[in-house]
Parts: sequence; structure tokens; C-alpha cells
Amino acid sequence: MALIEFFGCLFLAFGPPTAMFAITIAKDPIRVIILMTSSFFWLISLLISALVWFALVPLRNKLLFALVFSVFTQEVFRYLFYLFIKKAQKGLEKVQKNIHHKDRTDFDGRVISYVSGLGFGIISGAFSLVNVLGDMTGPGTVGIYGDSQYFFLVSAMLSLCFILLHTCWSIIMYLSLTIYPKKSVKLWSCLFLVVFSHLFVSCLSLANDSKREKSYVYTVLLSYIVLILNVVVSVVIVRKTYKQKLGA
Amino acid sequence: MSDLLDNSVNEYDLLKAANRQLENYRSKINAENMPSSSINSETEVKIIEPRNSRRPRDQVDGQASVELANRNGSPSNEEENLDEIEEELVLKYGAQHVVKLFVPVTICLIFVIASLSAIKSYQKSNGAQLIYTPFNEDSQDSNGTKLWMSIANASIFIGVVVVMTVVLILLYKFKFYKVIHGWLAFSSLMLLFLFTFMFITEFFKQFNIVIDMITLWILLWNFGIVGMAAIHWKGPLILQQIFLIFTCVQMALIFIKYLPEWTTWVLLAFISIWDLIAVLCPFGPLRILVETAKSRNDNLFPSMVYSSTLIYMMATGVDNDTPMEQDLTSNLNQVENDNQNTQSTSQTQGGDLRNRHSGARAHHANRQTIQELEHQQQEEEENGVKLGLGDFIFYSILVGKASILGDWNTVIACFVAILIGLCLTLVLLAVFHKPLPALPISLFFGLIFYFLTNLVVRPFYDNLTYYQVFI
Repeated sequence: MALIEFFGCLFLAFGPPTAMFAITIAKDPIRVIILMTSSFFWLISLLISALVWFALVPLRNKLLFALVFSVFTQEVFRYLFYLFIKKAQKGLEKVQKNIHHKDRTDFDGRVISYVSGLGFGIISGAFSLVNVLGDMTGPGTVGIYGDSQYFFLVSAMLSLCFILLHTCWSIIMYLSLTIYPKKSVKLWSCLFLVVFSHLFVSCLSLANDSKREKSYVYTVLLSYIVLILNVVVSVVIVRKTYKQKLGA
Repeated sequence: MSDLLDNSVNEYDLLKAANRQLENYRSKINAENMPSSSINSETEVKIIEPRNSRRPRDQVDGQASVELANRNGSPSNEEENLDEIEEELVLKYGAQHVVKLFVPVTICLIFVIASLSAIKSYQKSNGAQLIYTPFNEDSQDSNGTKLWMSIANASIFIGVVVVMTVVLILLYKFKFYKVIHGWLAFSSLMLLFLFTFMFITEFFKQFNIVIDMITLWILLWNFGIVGMAAIHWKGPLILQQIFLIFTCVQMALIFIKYLPEWTTWVLLAFISIWDLIAVLCPFGPLRILVETAKSRNDNLFPSMVYSSTLIYMMATGVDNDTPMEQDLTSNLNQVENDNQNTQSTSQTQGGDLRNRHSGARAHHANRQTIQELEHQQQEEEENGVKLGLGDFIFYSILVGKASILGDWNTVIACFVAILIGLCLTLVLLAVFHKPLPALPISLFFGLIFYFLTNLVVRPFYDNLTYYQVFI
């Protein structure tokens, strides 16, 4: 049972991201490098938030504080990665310009935003689930002390949700930063959407309580609703960039 | 075992391929833009040039001056254009080569982690220690004693590495090729037979499988002999790469098992400093090795570096096969000259020599030779990037030690840190155009992330996963 559960949760959480990686990223070396670099940025943001959590001893038991701080650091690092990649983008575009037509991939802000978002997502999903997965095969079992049987399943589902959400957030943030003028209402509403939905979904996960199974229904459902909302917004923004390109 | 330690050679030939491609671009651009009178000399010089890298120094210098003389006539904006192309090619090839190294490093690390988590007896030493690390720090309680013992252990270990590297360089310098070959072959032999034997027996013990000695020996013999042939003689590239990675994994597993914990960390720090010295200092042994190899037009020994393309041993130097290549080259030149219907007579010294040569052979130029040559050129263009096997070993040690801890977050953090370090090293390589040590940046990041993740992130994430909080 344990091994079956392990593989089930593994494929549930990392199946879609692996497919996305294999189909869209693995063939292009530059995309692989962008993915690695963005996951490194996420790792640094995690280190900073963990250090702050570690340093503030009295607040260690208050996960809410660490969570809010961590969400803001992550978003700041997402923006920093945007600045970083923008500097590198000129060089990357040049690289693509001189390559023969058949090898040439469409290399623009959309691709970069998607790839870096997936990088953020995969590493954060891996960090949140990999130790749970490691325990899953082990000799122990869940539920002896009245905890929910669905602990692992819910963790895997939420990890997948976060991986996809990170991808959407990067797309929304980067593309809105490129297509909307500075200080416009639309830009700020997009950025607000990213930060707020991240904060909302993270705080929602505080409500997870393995003693009461019913809490899972609300958290998982609401998280996936937020995911759908974010997917819709990111699709709208991507379509807008196409239109803008055609109009220009 | 000591003979294996000098494997930490870091030699990148990333730019070889890029430069070669660049030459083609240059010759194309020049052929398009130069005034017609100088087309011949220009194209000829350009096309020959890749070959020059295999000739003795003095000829190369002569050729370089020719190139300069011809280039003087070209307008300056073309120069800028060329620089731009060069930049782009470096980036493009850089990206490809980075990923070409990502894959084997990832495979190596995954193999080590899988072996460590499957075979428990590799996780902890059974009390025995290597001779190079005489002090047993694990039995000590006080931190101070542990510290000096681990530093002493690591210093002795590094001392052995330094001595062995210097011995190897001396042997290479004075052309004791047979001794070096014997030495390297012996170490591969030990890895492929003795250590593999240990690995297999531990594996069967762990899973409680019975195997008779005869089957085991037949398996081992076939495996080892194929490995020896692939590494030291010839074989498909993929086989060579697989066996090289396998030997690295074996070596890393032995180190992980027998090195005490704190000695490992001190050793990793020391070895990256030594790597820095050995590759970058003017009298660094590895730098001398690489430069001597370059000046002798040798490839480095295949059993010491992982290469993304095939390298054959060229111990006797290239003197034997250069005449043939020259012939082929000049044949192609002649054909091109004929195609352009220009008789190039006024040539500078270098070109003149070759031209006379090719004039005699011009009639023999046929399609087949050209195809052969093109094939050769293609092969050379695919000449890829090289990473010392020692780098693989020490990356694996870091990640392997992290995986023993039982915290997978630390493993992932170290893995990402090592790959980012490798990436940065390759970026620096594209900037500095010379062999660089691959250990310092990667191990620096790796050690930082190991300790921070282990001390700070681990409790943080334990809390988060316990309460199922996602950030």
C-alpha cells in the first residue's frame, strides 16, 4: 500500500510538470538554463525567509508570520529574476537571431515568463513534497492518532496546484510588466492579483487540519478555483501580447 | 587507491567548437565582402586554419601573421560584425555545452544517491578508514579535537593529491607515456573489477539474493573488459561515457563510505582551493599539464576527463598524421580555387608553401576526398566540452553525504547549487577563454546550501509540511 501510494502521489504532483518540462523545455538548452537559474532564485528567497524565521525565536511557532514574510520574499525575488532576465534577454535574442531558421525557436517574453515560472514552481513543489514522499514509503503509517487518511493525497494535490500557480504568476507578472505602461492601473491590478492570490492560497493552507477531514474539501477546492482564475487571467494576457504584436 | 586521486583535471574545450564554427562564418563573410583580388588568399588561409591548431607553434605563428596582413584591408565595421557573431556563437554553443554537462552530472549524482539509499552498508563505515585519513574523529567527543583531526586528515589527503598530481605532471613532462598509461589503466582496472565486485556483493547482500561465484565472475569479467576497452582503447562514445561515470560513482561511494564526516567537509573546501591553485596559478600542475598537452597537440588522457565527444589517445603526437591532413586540406583549397576560376600566384610565405604542395596534388582531388574531409571537419566541430572526472567525484561526494542525512530538501538544494555553479563556471569560461577549475564555485555554493539548508531550512520545512502549510 505504501509504495502504491508513493507512486500515486508522485505522479499526481510531478506528472504534469514533468510532461511540461519534457515537451516544452528539455529540447532547448537555453530554456533549461533559465529554468535552473529561476529555481536558484527561488532557493535564495527560501533561504532568506527561513533565516528570518530562524532568527526571530519568539515568532517561530507563529507560522503565519513566516508565511507572509516568505510570500513577499518570493514575489520580490520573482521581480528580481524579471530584472535579471531582462538584462540577459538582449543577449539571448541575439543568440537566436543568427541561428538557421529550422533550429530557431520563438524566443520572447512569453517563453521566458513561462519557463521561469515553471522553474519557480517545480523547485517549490519539490521542496514541499519531497520529504513527505520520502516518508510515504517508510515503515510508518498515517491515521493511527486520528489523523486523516488523505494527508498524503491532499499534500500532493496542493503541491501540484502550487507548481501550476507559480507558472501562472510568473506569466502574469512578467507579461504585464512588459505590455502595460508604468503606473497604469492595469499593471498594478495584475501585480496585486499575483501577490494577493499567492498570499490568499498560502494562508488558506493554514486551514489544513488533518484532524478534521472536512477542512481539506474547502482548501483544495478554493486553491484550485484560484488556480483556474489565474490560468484565465494569464491566457488573457498572453492573447493580449499577441494582439499587441500584430497591431504594432 | 591513491593513483585515482589525480583525476581532478579540469579542462574545458568549450570554445574549440565555437571557434571552428566562427572560422566558417568568418570565411563566408570575408568571401562575400572582400574585394575579389584577395579572395583566394583569404579563403585559403581561413580554411586551413583549423588544421593549424595541430601543427607546431612556429607554423601557426607564420600563419597568424598572414591572416593579419590580409585582414588589414577589410573595413572596420566588418570587424565589429565579426565580434558580434563571435559573441553569439559563444552563447549558443555555451548553452548547448552547459546542458551537455548537466545530463551526465545529473546521472552521476542520481546513481550515487540511488546506490546510497538502496545499499545501506555504503552509508556508514564499518570502523575502517582510509590510510590517508589516519585520525578517527568519529570517536572523539570534543569539538576542538574533531576540528583539528578533520583538518589534519584533510591536509594529509590533499598532500597525497598534490604529490600524485606533481608526479603525473613530471611523468608527462618527460614523456613517460607508458608509465602514465600503465598507471591509469591499473586504476581503471581496480575500479572496474575490485570496486565493482565490492559493489555487486554489497548489493546482493542488501537484497538477500544468492549468486554463485562462477556467474558473478563471468558477469564481472565481461563488464570489466568492455569497460577497459571502451575507456582505454576504443568503443562507442556512449559506452565510454557510461563507464567513466560508473567509475566516478564507484570512487565517490568508496569516499563517502570511508571518509569521516567532518573530514569530508574540510576536504571539499581544501580541494576546491587546491583546484583553484592548480588550474589558475602560473605554476599550477594542471595548468602545466593542459598547456603541455596543447603544445604537443595531444588530447588529454581519456580516462581522466569526461568528454562530450570521443577522444582517442594520441600519445605519439600528431606528427605522423599531419602530412595526410595537410594533403586533404590543400586538395580542398585547390578545388575551391578552381571553382572560383582564379589562379592564385602571389602568395605570402605560408600560403605559397601550401599552394605548391597542392598544385602537385590537384589532379587527385575528387569528390571522395572532399567528402572525407568534410566528414572529418564535422567530427571536429562536434568536439565538445570536457570535465575532469575528479569534479564528478567531488560533486557526488557532496550530494551523497547530503543524501545520507535523510533530508531530501538538502539534496535538492545541493544539486541545484552544483548545477548553478557549473553554469557560472561555463559562463566564466566563455568570458576568459581558458581552462578553468570546475570545483570552487560549485562546491562553494554546494557547501553553503548544505549547511544552511540543514540547519535553517530543514526545521522550517519540517514545520511547514507537518501543518501542511504551503508557501
